[in-house]
Amino acid sequence: MASLVGSRVERKEDKRFLTGKGRYTADINLANQTYAIFVRSPHARASIKKINIDKALKSSGVVSIFTGKEIADDKIGGLIAGWAIRSEDGTEMKCPGNPPLAKDNVNFVGDPVAVVIAESLAEAKDAAEKVEVDYKVLKAVTSTADAMNGDTIHEGIDKNLCFDWLLGDRQKVKEAFDKADKVISIDIINNRLIPNAMEPRACVADYNAASEEITLYTTSQNPHLSRLIMSAFGNVAPEHKLRVVAPDVGGGFGSKINVYNEDIVCSWAVKKINRAIKWVAERSESFLTDIHGRDHVTHAELAVTKDGKFLGFKNETIANLGAYARVFGTVTPTYLFGPCATGVYEIPAAYTNVKAVYTNTAPVDAYRGAGRPEATYTIERLVEKASMELGIDKTELRIKNFPTAFPFKQTLVHTVDSGDYVAGMEKAKQMADYKGFEARRKESEAKGKLRGIGVTSYFEACGIAPSAAVMSLGCGVGLWESAEVRFNPTGQVTVYTGSHSHGQSHQTTFAQIAADELGVPIENIDIVHGDTDKGTFGMGTYGSRSLAVGGIAIVNACKKIVEKGKRVTAKMLEANPEDVEFKDGEFIVSKSNKKKTIGEVAFACYLPGVRDEMKSPLPEGDEPGLKETSFYDPSNFSFPAGTHIAEVEIDPETGHVKLEKYTACDDFGRIINPMVVEGQVHGGLAQGIGQALYENAEYDETGQLMTGSYMDYTMPRADNFPEFNIGYTCTHATTNPLGVKGCGEAGAIAAPPTVMNAVIDALGGQEVTMPATAEKVWKACKNLKKSNAKAA
Amino acid sequence: MKDFNYHSAKDSKEASKLASSSSAFLAGGMTTIPSMKLGLATYKDLIDIKNIKKLSGIKVSGKTVTIGAATKHVEVSNSKDVKKAIPSLSSLAEGIGDPQVRNRGTIGGSIANNDPSADYPSACIALNATIHTNERKIEAAKFFKGMFETALKKGELIEAIEFQIPEKSSYQKHPNPASRYAIVGVYVAKHKGDVNVAVTGAKSCVYNDKEMSKALSGNFSSSSIDGMDLDSSEMNSDMHASANFRASLVVTQAKKAVDAC
Repeated sequence: MASLVGSRVERKEDKRFLTGKGRYTADINLANQTYAIFVRSPHARASIKKINIDKALKSSGVVSIFTGKEIADDKIGGLIAGWAIRSEDGTEMKCPGNPPLAKDNVNFVGDPVAVVIAESLAEAKDAAEKVEVDYKVLKAVTSTADAMNGDTIHEGIDKNLCFDWLLGDRQKVKEAFDKADKVISIDIINNRLIPNAMEPRACVADYNAASEEITLYTTSQNPHLSRLIMSAFGNVAPEHKLRVVAPDVGGGFGSKINVYNEDIVCSWAVKKINRAIKWVAERSESFLTDIHGRDHVTHAELAVTKDGKFLGFKNETIANLGAYARVFGTVTPTYLFGPCATGVYEIPAAYTNVKAVYTNTAPVDAYRGAGRPEATYTIERLVEKASMELGIDKTELRIKNFPTAFPFKQTLVHTVDSGDYVAGMEKAKQMADYKGFEARRKESEAKGKLRGIGVTSYFEACGIAPSAAVMSLGCGVGLWESAEVRFNPTGQVTVYTGSHSHGQSHQTTFAQIAADELGVPIENIDIVHGDTDKGTFGMGTYGSRSLAVGGIAIVNACKKIVEKGKRVTAKMLEANPEDVEFKDGEFIVSKSNKKKTIGEVAFACYLPGVRDEMKSPLPEGDEPGLKETSFYDPSNFSFPAGTHIAEVEIDPETGHVKLEKYTACDDFGRIINPMVVEGQVHGGLAQGIGQALYENAEYDETGQLMTGSYMDYTMPRADNFPEFNIGYTCTHATTNPLGVKGCGEAGAIAAPPTVMNAVIDALGGQEVTMPATAEKVWKACKNLKKSNAKAA
Repeated sequence: MKDFNYHSAKDSKEASKLASSSSAFLAGGMTTIPSMKLGLATYKDLIDIKNIKKLSGIKVSGKTVTIGAATKHVEVSNSKDVKKAIPSLSSLAEGIGDPQVRNRGTIGGSIANNDPSADYPSACIALNATIHTNERKIEAAKFFKGMFETALKKGELIEAIEFQIPEKSSYQKHPNPASRYAIVGVYVAKHKGDVNVAVTGAKSCVYNDKEMSKALSGNFSSSSIDGMDLDSSEMNSDMHASANFRASLVVTQAKKAVDAC
């Protein structure tokens, strides 16, 4: 039987999605359901003096209206930060309360203050307009760089500082800098992004008064984790009385990791009114209230010798948390950022210092790449600048500082088990025709255009992650994953996974893995996910962990099935279990022609005993049935890596940046389905290039979101991209049995510095902040013209 | 969206009769409907004019192209007659919004709305258009009054737009990267006597840039406007483009348009 792992198996989920048969949360309609509309703060910062709901209550069709007071009276908990980070001085991080409905203060535009529940959506909207909230408007803090100098947003949190965190050794770094021939320094901004999943957030809450069970259908990347948080911290219901279902989910990119206000409010209110409640975000609500990403202001320095050896690295960053610290809000700018900021280089001394600040903006949390794009942008912009200042070819300078052997012990935290960075660089150069660039530059110049080339070599720590490691770093839970593999008596297989697919194609790729492990046709394997009533538990999908953690749990559960199968076969065929081999779905007694198929063995497990021709006694100690569970906790993160090369052409008259070529050469370890991986790379690149050239969430000084719709927030479109040139090198991960690493975030991590390095190369080294919009580039072109004229 | 009364008018007369101070004509609805959904506009009555046959269609004569007000953008861009007579008008229509918008939006709707960054108003100015309404004929130069403001009176309905066929013409736009509306759009048309340089997106309302028109009327070459330093004091400034950048783009796009003629 040919192996399915590694082949372009067509997606099982496509029939459903392409024929309109997907079932998203908004598609769910329950008998007698009501509709919720949230009344949201129009101010970035204000105290609530009074809320008057009298007029709204009299509005047609209103069922109920709740405010923060009722939530507080019922002791419903707020939203939480999932990771506890300590400051350099040892003090705990400072987190404000974040009630599901604001009671005393609102802290960003969109912060919900009341929920209106009505018979129809239109009636709920009409009534919501009649809720009168008397605000005392306060001065907002919106700037990342100046947040520490602004008014105190949350009582008791001085300088709006959540923590002042250090990773690394300042003294060692100082010594390294003292020895340097040259110090390269850079000031960069990692622009704020809005995730923009295609499906806006939504939830439908249902209540069964007889069993006292609440069911919440919601757009989540991790339904089990949501249930845990809502139960343990939200106090909505005990876990066994709360079922969370995340059906088809149309994209998350991290924005659907969090439990949100609406989830808690609807789950709580459903019991109060004893009728189902449906809420679906409008796009403008998504812009305002989904978590945002990035938003760092960084000063970084690299100490180098004159022949280009890196000696030391400093990274001083201010990270904007937004109004509140959410689930991955505090770990994203720390342990997902700092350890990766030294990049793919051997740098003897390094530190990263992060001051995480609160502002009156939407909460910032994990967005595709989470911390690693910011880290990669920092080091790769710095290395590119070093290459310009030292006059050493950008690829040679990188190679000079790559690790020479694996495992590669990084300066700060990680030990990278496998990789071959030089091979990746060489292949990327070949794919991109790096040598031919100068000729292409001349061609562009002849047309009056500026051409630039940019390189990024990256690695990332994903497959998060080993419980022992993450809990020691402050994570509130262990990040293992579970799988359960069940055989039916007639031989089909259902795999229950704690991972969640919201675009990742698990229904296909996980089935490929199980098909290979069990020798069962892929058509006979179903993957079930997204329902806390189905499957044991799960930590969900983020940090490119589904395959490297969830996929391995499936492999391990399959291996347990095979082990039991061997014992059962041995008993049936009167052989020693040690003499039974398993291959391509058959249990074969070695050196004989005696064998059983896995289907026969599954059947025997469900009909154990001896009757007439049927002889299927179970071995002693084995129970009937064929079902195995695995909880897999990896021993390390996984470390994809690669080199990307971009080429841009700039029209100096309009400042228009045209991305001419984009080459991505990645090492993802073993690839399960190349077609799915290409899709992941393309998506990641689109978002990464989007950050570099187009996307930007902008607040004005009063805290109003200026880019609150697609009229002003530039989502990249297909015609913004060239044909992507994608290739791979492959070193297997040594820390998991499949040798897989993860591919979901690579594009978003590598693309921003790759594109910006190319833009800045075209601009003769002039710094431009992301996104490199036409006007910024046009100004830089004018400066370039002036300085060239001066030089001439 | 608030409740409203929907009417479908048989002819211009009925449409005009139904109009009131709290009504709007509905053609493609590409601006009206989203504005109503967002609560930015509310109307008691919407008067649908799509079923008035007389308002749709394209007629080309020796000197003019006349397009019915309810003619969709896609019909203009697909019309072989328009492509032959005024190719730049055809390509302008092809570049409006997205396929959904082009399949519903109409030329009359675009002109009546007079969005400061809409494309069609620049064509009207550059191509010396005459706006035919149910009451009168209005020269384009007198039609566009200001931001979202036109010479139309209450109940007055655009029936057709008559464009003068130029010797040469081209429309070039620098789109807003997000909305793809024109940050600056420049329509250059060379007529027998003179040259029009109609600019959209740059100011609060479409206008004919006299300085460039004059220069190009003297010498129809991009070199005659190269490096021209336009007054940016009345130009729009927003997060996508400052007034100075817009001023520069007007010249750049005008040059491109001349070169493309």
